[in-house]
Amino acid sequence: MFEVILFLIPSSLIIIGALIVIFAKNPVHNAMGLVMTLVSIAIIYITLNATFVAMVQMLVYAGAVMTLFLFVIMMIGVDKKEQSKESIKGQTFLVSGVFLILISTLVYVAISSEFRWDLWFDAVEFTVEGTPQLIAGTLFTSWIFPFEIISILLIVATAAAIALAYDTQRKKEDA
Amino acid sequence: MLEVTTDWYLTLSAILFSIGFFGMMIRRNALIMFMCIELMLNAVNLTFISASRHFGQIDGQVAVFFVLVVAAAEVVVGLAIIVSIFRKQSSASVDVLNLSRG
Repeated sequence: MFEVILFLIPSSLIIIGALIVIFAKNPVHNAMGLVMTLVSIAIIYITLNATFVAMVQMLVYAGAVMTLFLFVIMMIGVDKKEQSKESIKGQTFLVSGVFLILISTLVYVAISSEFRWDLWFDAVEFTVEGTPQLIAGTLFTSWIFPFEIISILLIVATAAAIALAYDTQRKKEDA
Repeated sequence: MLEVTTDWYLTLSAILFSIGFFGMMIRRNALIMFMCIELMLNAVNLTFISASRHFGQIDGQVAVFFVLVVAAAEVVVGLAIIVSIFRKQSSASVDVLNLSRG
């Protein structure tokens, strides 16, 4: 019973936070809803025995990425008057239809017994603990090539962000 | 006795992904659209982690790290693009961006 409560409270917080993200008018409120969702997902990770991933989720997502979001909101200002007129006719109606199809398909796939997603592997009784030792042991042996590529991607992204956000106009005025 | 199985986590992930998709399609502020992409990526991460527990394999949790890094890189570049667009157009709405006559 305790396990069920520990699932239901964070999952309802996740859904509420996601709804705040898409329906709140003030961008700062959207960001706070996203923080709520991310922290609740970290709690879910802990219940799934992925403790290290939960910590990384808190540090990288709820810490770094959200700081970046709030910083950009500060820079470009709070734009409350997002025009509500649809540039595509009947957009909300169409998207609602696609949303209903998508959510019903995904939930059906998730809960139906027809879709045997354990056809190739059997579900196991023992649980794997997501400790730093175990994750590092896998990451630096069988995943070492993707790891190297992703480090190059991070360097490129950092350089690209500096190049994109650099204000060339102001440079000329200073000179 | 009610027991939390993998299906519950998958259902939560499906709902979260659909909400993220819905927000992505109806909002026009580029920042909010980025937040909705984050929602969808987190739904995928949740699927990875629950599959990792279901099969007793650590690889799902390692894959989450790669998704995390790609998400961070994507947010950094995307927000830089939004800032540089905001300098020119003084708006973060995606409807204003018709520079290439889209």
